[in-house]
Amino acid sequence: MTAPAILPERGPADRLTAFFWRRPRVFLALLLAPPLLWLGVVYLGSLATLLWQSFYSIDEFSGMVKEDFTLKTYAELLRPANFDVILRTLLMSAAVTLGCALLAFPIAYFAARFARGRWKAVFYLGVMLPLWSSYLVKVYAWKLILAKEGIVTWAAEATHTSGLLNALLALPVIGGNSLSTSYIGMFMVFVYVWIPYMILPMQAALERVPTSMLEASQDLGASRAQTFRTVILPLALPGVIAGSIFTFSLTMGDYIIPQIVGNSANFIGMAVYQLQGTAGNIPLAAAFSMVPILIMLVYLTLAKRAGAFDAL
Amino acid sequence: MKTIRLMGTTALAVLTGLTPAVAQVTAIGEGEGEVSIVAWAGYIERGETMKEFDWVTKFEADTGCKVSVKTANTSDEMVALMNEGGFDLVTASGDASLRLIAGGRVQPVNIDLIPSWATVDDRLKDAPWHTVDGVHYGVPYMWGPNVLMYNTDAFKDAPPTSWNVVFEEMTLPDGQSNKGRVQAYDGPIHIADAAQYLMFHKPELKITSPYELNEEQYKAALDLLRVQRDLVGRYWHDAFIQMDDFKNEGVVASGSWPFQVGLMQSEKQPIASVIPQEGATGWADTTMMHVDAAHPNCAYKWMEHSLASNLQSDLSVWFGANPAVLAACTDGRGMQTAEGCTANGLDDFDKIRFWTTPVANCAQGEGACVPYYRWVSDYIGVIGGR
Repeated sequence: MTAPAILPERGPADRLTAFFWRRPRVFLALLLAPPLLWLGVVYLGSLATLLWQSFYSIDEFSGMVKEDFTLKTYAELLRPANFDVILRTLLMSAAVTLGCALLAFPIAYFAARFARGRWKAVFYLGVMLPLWSSYLVKVYAWKLILAKEGIVTWAAEATHTSGLLNALLALPVIGGNSLSTSYIGMFMVFVYVWIPYMILPMQAALERVPTSMLEASQDLGASRAQTFRTVILPLALPGVIAGSIFTFSLTMGDYIIPQIVGNSANFIGMAVYQLQGTAGNIPLAAAFSMVPILIMLVYLTLAKRAGAFDAL
Repeated sequence: MKTIRLMGTTALAVLTGLTPAVAQVTAIGEGEGEVSIVAWAGYIERGETMKEFDWVTKFEADTGCKVSVKTANTSDEMVALMNEGGFDLVTASGDASLRLIAGGRVQPVNIDLIPSWATVDDRLKDAPWHTVDGVHYGVPYMWGPNVLMYNTDAFKDAPPTSWNVVFEEMTLPDGQSNKGRVQAYDGPIHIADAAQYLMFHKPELKITSPYELNEEQYKAALDLLRVQRDLVGRYWHDAFIQMDDFKNEGVVASGSWPFQVGLMQSEKQPIASVIPQEGATGWADTTMMHVDAAHPNCAYKWMEHSLASNLQSDLSVWFGANPAVLAACTDGRGMQTAEGCTANGLDDFDKIRFWTTPVANCAQGEGACVPYYRWVSDYIGVIGGR
């Protein structure tokens, strides 16, 4: 009979370690379970429930949901009044994305190419600072800034540019009685609120453009404009597209800004909020919330083709 | 999930024409310690906004029922909250109450258990917005007109006498157009205000009730609202945003509630209100009890309290409305006086057309009128510029 090996008595923790060592898959499963449960059940599960609701319809007088499978609710989306809502949201999202891209590019370019040391810190602080204050506070502040009797009107009067402001507000469709009740004002607030999400990915992409390529371009006799068009822009495009995904989807889903600024015309987010919260029409609200999901899927597919995710 | 199933079965019951037979409460027991109420903003005050307006603290002390309030901004919101469930009572206006009854969301109230029922204004006791087939589905709470609120600086010495200031483009007494300076209510029931205006100015349409419109009358009302769309910068549904718009956005006239008028006057703003020549729409609210109310005893105690205490009197001062109990104007139980009630329009009951839910089967015939769900979708369209 051989003598037992001289090992210390194994405690429960040791045995557990040994168990996991022998069965690495169990360990992996345990580690992954909470995030998968979160993503799968809490997030995707509730999304699926929502999707399911969109195939129900509503009893038109009592407002109670009829749990019969029907496509009637989706057909309602195509009614002119509802289709307007979708179109309006899409156009605003596109305009905001374009506006953010145009405004953000010079800022991101400066930060990526020229800002050094302290200026870089100032840049990051400047971009991030607005994100630290409450979204609602910012939007209400903008309502006051843009109001008929607000700061912008006052400044325009003081600088004798009221004529310019009035000409802007006299524009059909996008104009209005005051900035705070017009699409122009809403556009400004959207751009202000979402622009950090455009600047940051753009700056990251621009920083990755190697200086050697710019030098090579110059050596080969390209003008500054040519270098910009044929070297910088294509290389920075994935960053622009990544940023546009944020601004586009955030605008499309927002329901607070169109309620506070603008002329009360519905946006998708607002329509969902009103339909589920105040009209109790959950099926139509669910159908409406499917629209941004579908649009974003198409958008992401196009972005993938353009190579926006290659750097990930 | 339970509510969903419940809503499902109730919907089924409605579909198959079965009215769920709900037993009334037959006796009031001990309070359950709490009661939750869905109410309009400013309806349930416990002295937190202004110290002298408090009709909750004493109720809680006397009954041990802690009152929690969920405020709602529109009737549609109230119906949605009651459909969700989890509340005991709701102060429903006439455009919500019938929907709640039809949807089986509220239960009949046993008026024998409410000693102060006898003191309720006779004009309200059997009002059609809470009494169906002789069954009472609630206790009258408060009623009042939707007034025309205006800025006294803009109208100078010529206060508006007609709703035309919010429906048609015109030059106001201060020399400027009303375009962009008026507001309208952000709820489909506002179509009735347009219909009432047409009732007065276009008698050839033969509108008899602004809540019972045939296709032709309905179309005329929508056309009027499309004209209004060009005048309105922003529609209002939140009383406090409306007050902000009157202060900072240059809005000078809008349909509104006496609540906003009173609050802005107390802030010394140049604001007044009027019931124009066309008359006004109005609301008559009823305290209704949820079919699955978890705290029925406290709910009954609150309904009795709502009629018997200082509530009717003080709330009518606070909200600029009229009590459902006439004695509240005169017997000194609160701050209201006979003159105050007259000023709030107590004698105008017959001039006010109270909010009711528009239904297809109306006095003009079976299916002759445009039902409420079309009001909802068409009003969204009008606000969207269609």
